Amino acid sequence: MGRKEADVSEIESRGYARPEVLVSTDWVASHLQDSSIRIIESNEDPLLYPSGHIPGAVEVDWTRDLNDPLRRDYLGREGFEALMRRIGVTQDTTVVFYGDRNNWWATYAYWVFQLFGHAKAKIMDGGRIKWEKEGRPLTRDVPSYPASQYRASERDDKKIRAFRDQVLEHLEAKKPLVDVRSPDEYTGKKLHMPEYPNEGALRGGHIPGAASVPWAKAINPDDGTFKTGAELRSLYENDAKIKPGDDVIVYCRIGERSSHTWFVLTNLLGFDKVRNYDGSWTEWGNLVGVPIER
Amino acid sequence: MAAPEKLTDTLETLEMVPDRNERIQLLIDLAGRFEEVPQRIARRPFGEEHRVPACESEAFVFTEERPDGTLDFHFAVENPQGISAKAMAVILGDSLSGAPLDQVAQVPQDVVYRVFGRELSMGKSMGLMGMVGMVSAMAKKRAGRKGV
Repeated sequence: MGRKEADVSEIESRGYARPEVLVSTDWVASHLQDSSIRIIESNEDPLLYPSGHIPGAVEVDWTRDLNDPLRRDYLGREGFEALMRRIGVTQDTTVVFYGDRNNWWATYAYWVFQLFGHAKAKIMDGGRIKWEKEGRPLTRDVPSYPASQYRASERDDKKIRAFRDQVLEHLEAKKPLVDVRSPDEYTGKKLHMPEYPNEGALRGGHIPGAASVPWAKAINPDDGTFKTGAELRSLYENDAKIKPGDDVIVYCRIGERSSHTWFVLTNLLGFDKVRNYDGSWTEWGNLVGVPIER
Repeated sequence: MAAPEKLTDTLETLEMVPDRNERIQLLIDLAGRFEEVPQRIARRPFGEEHRVPACESEAFVFTEERPDGTLDFHFAVENPQGISAKAMAVILGDSLSGAPLDQVAQVPQDVVYRVFGRELSMGKSMGLMGMVGMVSAMAKKRAGRKGV
C-alpha cells in the first residue's frame, strides 16, 4: 500500500460520517502542483501567512475577505465571486483549507464557503501546526493564479446559519444548544474580573439550556488532528446528550470557534441539522429582553 | 494626559509605513525579537492573575519594579504561532517599561489599531486590546499603591 493510500485509510479508519472532507498533510504535500486543487490558508493571526505558508497556498483573511466592512455580516454573492475569481478558483476546483489555532479559522472559512454552496472543500487535518512540526516547506512567496470566471449562487443562510430570533425560538422550544467557549466564559466568571477588560458583552453567562463543550475538546492537543469518531461521539452524544437527528445550534463569542464545532458535528459525526449562531455571545450577551443563565 | 513618549515615537514610526505588506514585515521582524519573561520573575505554570483575558494566544503579563518606582513589563505567549501577540508584547515592553505609571495607566486600548490597522478580526483585536488593558491595569494598580 502506498503512503497516500495509507493516509486515506487512516482517516477513513477513524469512523467519521464523511471522511472525504479531511485530507492529511501528506496528501497536501503530494498535491502542491495539482491545478484542480487550491490550498487556502486562513488564520486568526494576520502576520502568520506573510511570515511563511505552504508553497502555492493563497490567503483568505476572515476580516478583509469574508466580512462586509460596514455591516456585521458576511460578503454577498458578488463579493464571493470576486474573491473566488481573484484566487483563481472555479466551480470545479477543490479548495483545501488549513490554518492556525487547530484549524479554527480554516473551518470558519469553510463554513462561509458553504453559505455559497461551494461543496468541493476539505480541511487539512492538523492544520498549520502539524505541517510545521513535520518540518515541511514554508515559503514567503505569494502565488498568483489566472483569474477565474467563477459564478456564485446567492448566499443561503437558512440551512447552516442561525439568527437571534431563531435562537430565542429554539431555546423556548427547549431544543439543544452547544456553547463551545471556555468554561469560564460559559459560567460568566470571565466577565467578573475587576480592573480587567471584558469580553465585549455586558453580561456573562450562557444561553439558557446550552450544553458546554469547549470546541478544542474535539482536537488531539499534540498534533492538532481531529479526534476519532468514537471519541467525538462520546463527547457530544454521551456527555452533551445531542444526537445526529437533533436540530442543534452552536455558538461561541463571535461565531468562529463554533464553526469548528459545526464542522465536527456536520461532517465528522453526520448531524444533519446544525446551525452556527455567528452573532454568538457578543450579540446575545448585549441583547435587550433575552434571558441568560449562569 | 500625555501619552508615554516612547510609545508615541513607536506609533509614529509605524504610521510612516502606510503600505500594509511593509508594515506586516516590520511587525514580523518585531515579533522575532520577542523574549519571554525571565525565569527569575515567573516560571510555569503562570498564575492566572497574569493571564490576558480574551487573548486566544494565551498571553501573560508580568511586572518588575525599577528603583524609581516605575515598572518593567514582561510577557509570555504560550501559542507558538501567536506572532501578533509577540509583536504587541515587544512594542508594549519596549515603549512602556520605565514610563510614568499614570501615563501607562491611561494608554487607550485602541493603540492596537494604530499598530495593526483596522483589518483585525473582532476576536484578535479584543485579545490584543486585552494585552494593553492588562498593562494599563497593572500600572494603575501600582500607582494606586504608591499614591501617585
